[in-house]
Amino acid sequence: MGILKTFSLGGVHPPENKLSADKAIEVMPLPKQAFIPLNQNLGAPGVPQVQKGDEIKVGQLIAKGEAFISSNVHSPVSGKVLKVDNVVDPSGYKRPAFVVNVEGDEWVESIDRSPEFIKEIKLSQKEIIDKIHDLGIVGLGGATFPSHVKLMVPEGKTAEVLIINGVECEPYLTADHRVMLEKGDEVMVGTSILMKGLGVKRAVIGIENNKKDAISHLTELAKNYEGIEICPLKVKYPQGGEKQLIKATIKREVPSGKLPIEVGAVVNNVGTAFAVYEAVQKNKPLIERVVTITGKSVSKPGNFMARIGTPIAELVEKAGGLPDDSGKLIGGGPMMGKALLSLDTPIVKGSSGILILREDESKRVEMKNCIRCARCVSVCPMGLEPLLLAQQSEGEMWDDAEKDRIMDCIECGSCHYTCPSGRPLLDYIRLGKNKVGQIIRNRGKK
Amino acid sequence: MIYSVISIGSIGIAAAVILYFVAQRFKVIEDPKIDEVEEALPAANCGGCGYPGCRNFAEATVKSAHDSKHIEGLNCPVGGNDVMSQVAAILGLEVEESKPMIAVVRCNGSRENSPQKVQYDGPATCAFAHNLYSGEGGCPHGCLGLGDCVASCAFDAIHMDPETGLPVVNDKCVACGACVKACPRNIIELRFKGPKDRRIFVSCVNKEKGGPAKKNCAVACIGCGKCEKECKFDAITIENNLAYIDHEKCKLCRKCAPVCPTNAIHELHFPPKKVRPPREEEAGTEPAAPKAEKKEEKKEE
Amino acid sequence: MLTVSGSPHVHGDSSVKKIMYTVVFAMVPAMLVSVYFFGLDALRVLVISSLACLFFEWLIQKYLIKGPVTISDGSALVTGILLAFNVPSDLPAWILIVGAFIAIGMAKMSFGGLGKNPFNPALVGRVFLLISFPVQMTSWPEPRLLFGGTASYPDAMGGATPLAFLKEGLKNNSVPELMEKMPDMMSNLIGFIGGSLGEVSAVALLLGAVYMLIKKVISWHIPVAYIGSVLIFTGILWLIDPNAYADPMFHLLTGGLILGAFFMATDMVSSPISPMGQIIFGIGCGVITILIRVWGAYPEGVSFAILIMNAFTPLINLGFKPKRFGEKLKAA
Repeated sequence: MGILKTFSLGGVHPPENKLSADKAIEVMPLPKQAFIPLNQNLGAPGVPQVQKGDEIKVGQLIAKGEAFISSNVHSPVSGKVLKVDNVVDPSGYKRPAFVVNVEGDEWVESIDRSPEFIKEIKLSQKEIIDKIHDLGIVGLGGATFPSHVKLMVPEGKTAEVLIINGVECEPYLTADHRVMLEKGDEVMVGTSILMKGLGVKRAVIGIENNKKDAISHLTELAKNYEGIEICPLKVKYPQGGEKQLIKATIKREVPSGKLPIEVGAVVNNVGTAFAVYEAVQKNKPLIERVVTITGKSVSKPGNFMARIGTPIAELVEKAGGLPDDSGKLIGGGPMMGKALLSLDTPIVKGSSGILILREDESKRVEMKNCIRCARCVSVCPMGLEPLLLAQQSEGEMWDDAEKDRIMDCIECGSCHYTCPSGRPLLDYIRLGKNKVGQIIRNRGKK
Repeated sequence: MIYSVISIGSIGIAAAVILYFVAQRFKVIEDPKIDEVEEALPAANCGGCGYPGCRNFAEATVKSAHDSKHIEGLNCPVGGNDVMSQVAAILGLEVEESKPMIAVVRCNGSRENSPQKVQYDGPATCAFAHNLYSGEGGCPHGCLGLGDCVASCAFDAIHMDPETGLPVVNDKCVACGACVKACPRNIIELRFKGPKDRRIFVSCVNKEKGGPAKKNCAVACIGCGKCEKECKFDAITIENNLAYIDHEKCKLCRKCAPVCPTNAIHELHFPPKKVRPPREEEAGTEPAAPKAEKKEEKKEE
Repeated sequence: MLTVSGSPHVHGDSSVKKIMYTVVFAMVPAMLVSVYFFGLDALRVLVISSLACLFFEWLIQKYLIKGPVTISDGSALVTGILLAFNVPSDLPAWILIVGAFIAIGMAKMSFGGLGKNPFNPALVGRVFLLISFPVQMTSWPEPRLLFGGTASYPDAMGGATPLAFLKEGLKNNSVPELMEKMPDMMSNLIGFIGGSLGEVSAVALLLGAVYMLIKKVISWHIPVAYIGSVLIFTGILWLIDPNAYADPMFHLLTGGLILGAFFMATDMVSSPISPMGQIIFGIGCGVITILIRVWGAYPEGVSFAILIMNAFTPLINLGFKPKRFGEKLKAA
């Protein structure tokens, strides 16, 4: 295989702990009540199309994304809408959501539920983009950016390569791995659909080298598809970051403050490619996804295909129940996931996994003075100086922080992970990004 | 020896002459009144007047007096009426007496009232915690207890009470407004100090409906509207499930506080009420008793 | 109860303690060799210096600052050993204790403790002693081997360090004449020469340096830049006039260059944070070291060079930022 490709700046190697890598995808039973937030994507929330008391079917449009960067929401369950109300979201704040009492499992007629594998792509480029828009497909890598917007190349830019992110660099998470292994053909067709939608002839699927079975499986399948190459990548966090992935696969660096289309690339998650297959070939909107439930104390870690809106508590029950020594609940992976306040929150389009950390793993390292060892500088994949940015955020020196490119930070957490003094670097940088972002927005308004 | 004396001496004299002419040439002409006004100011440079520093405030007052013949809208909260009347005297103007104000913390979500549901682990700054999650007690509008307000105070007037986890304002407060700006949840407000230091306010900024609000905190305002009905002076408004007492209209009649079912309305520094026969309310017990205790606590500060 | 905090929720296993004790461990070969060459006197100096530094840090943290006591993190121990490495083995104990007080109290604690000192504390201590007690700090004892006997040592040198001998000798003789009187290259390498505890044995120091590089406690930029610039600068001078200037290998193996380049210039608190900045820092140290050695009043310039460059570190940090992602294309 030779030397594996990777990105050149920074990176760390947290222990992989892929406890559920060999667990096949299990389909979750339907919940009794589903909580479907109106806003499950980056951008504006959807406008409700149904109201209290309405009977709805699986796949029915229940919220319409009307702004440019917005997405439709379809019902993942059938039953009666109990209310459209503010429901607690993972951070403890309230967001509007549909609460549905689940009755049966009736689907909208237009969805093709047969298991038949359809390889031929019958739709044109424009039809593909419209279909993806209508069926509410968003990026399943975690950022939940509306996928149809990514396919609409702005004036003056050309797309050359489609890059599929099969990296899954976060420790513990294995959802993408299982999708690549079990739904490989569908992923390949989904990739071809995205290629057609984008108007490119070349696609690269980047997979980290700790998923050798997925690499060989997809490499075998790629022989039957035109223009798709599989690119094994060195195991390094954050290889799955958009800019790092583009640098590793096609050796181009996205300039600061610009989008990947600047260098002719568009990146989509492998789960999104699968959802695109189901949308375009089967007319199925985004109503379910694979979620990994994992953790060292979890008795039956696994990967579950769950409907959007299923309370997380039910998935944890299926994985063996909440362990007694649980210290932290994390939505996502340990490096970039959000700490949840309780299990009373639902699965949303962006939920890639739930990680349960033990009590002894949950406390932070004691904070000491910064010893200016500059390890954070050496691991930052964007070439920033986290120790300086954190100091500026603490001291409220927003102008200096902006000059030192705080807005380039991708919040990967490598700096915080490496710091020998246990300083909460990313916390301060996030605060700084928040304030500097506000300042920039206010400047734009003037 | 004599040569060195002459040479050094002449260099010195030449330098002095040059400096004198340069000082005259580049002299900045300033209205002497600015110095006089600055003299009268407390020199705290706290920014409470809205200007960066006492010198700038002095310049603003002189300019305003010169241009518009009044200094309305310009007030030094630290110096208060004494200082402003002095400033007015220097400028030859009349000034209106402004009522003294004080910072009021409008949250009573102590550890007892809003029990801890999760543990926070991270930097001790409210700004960050506010962005991260709702709060240890669960209320998304309540005090986070990490002390950004305490850190912002230049007058040693606000401190964290370790038992309740809430900030407490003492007499040193000059209503400069720094803590108001520092609080990311707008819990602190500047209100009139009131005669004999007495004031009434709703100690809650929760905008949730009654059910969720009470789930998180026992003394939350549930927006029931009883106080609004009781008030004869139209001082209370209910908006977004939250009652608000307008301190300009409030006459301190104390009729609203006892009708609040969750004890969310606080009366500060009033004498204890005569105990009435217990009323049938959700709270159950005499409304006067728990408030008397609170008053004791606050009086000690 | 569940804990809530910002991401990331895991932490690598590096810590300040690990870094400091790795450095201490890397200095063990040099410590052993110094005891071998200078006898139990060396052990005395090492022990007194380390204990004094730890004591002063404990005293200041507990009674003056009244804050947490952090002597177990190993940073004071590193300072103590480095200070011991920089003094002659027959230095009186009281002078050593004064040095420890200056190093910890003035150069480190008064600026705010670990991570806040702008100058390398051990070097500040050493330079303070050099200027305040010049006689005691420059009278080098003859090496007295631990297990008896003396080194195969040219008598004419006494206990002088090769650099001091060179500086004195150049007033009357040429370099090749002096070189005959001095120990050969092998002695320089192993340590059969006069000098302070830590500077004599290049081999022992290099062993420790390699260990630190493998453990990633230091990066190669500063040592390579420092030693490289010294070799180039002295090489040029030597090529111009071999009678007046010593050869590069001599400059490399004598004096505190290897000790300074690997253990003292790389002190993370007082050196720049970006790779390019570190290279500039190393080059600056190298140039100033040779300027002092060749044209300055002192025979050895490493301590002064490093301290002078420490003063420039904030400026270097401002001017030399690390390579940003996407920088190349932005300029285009």
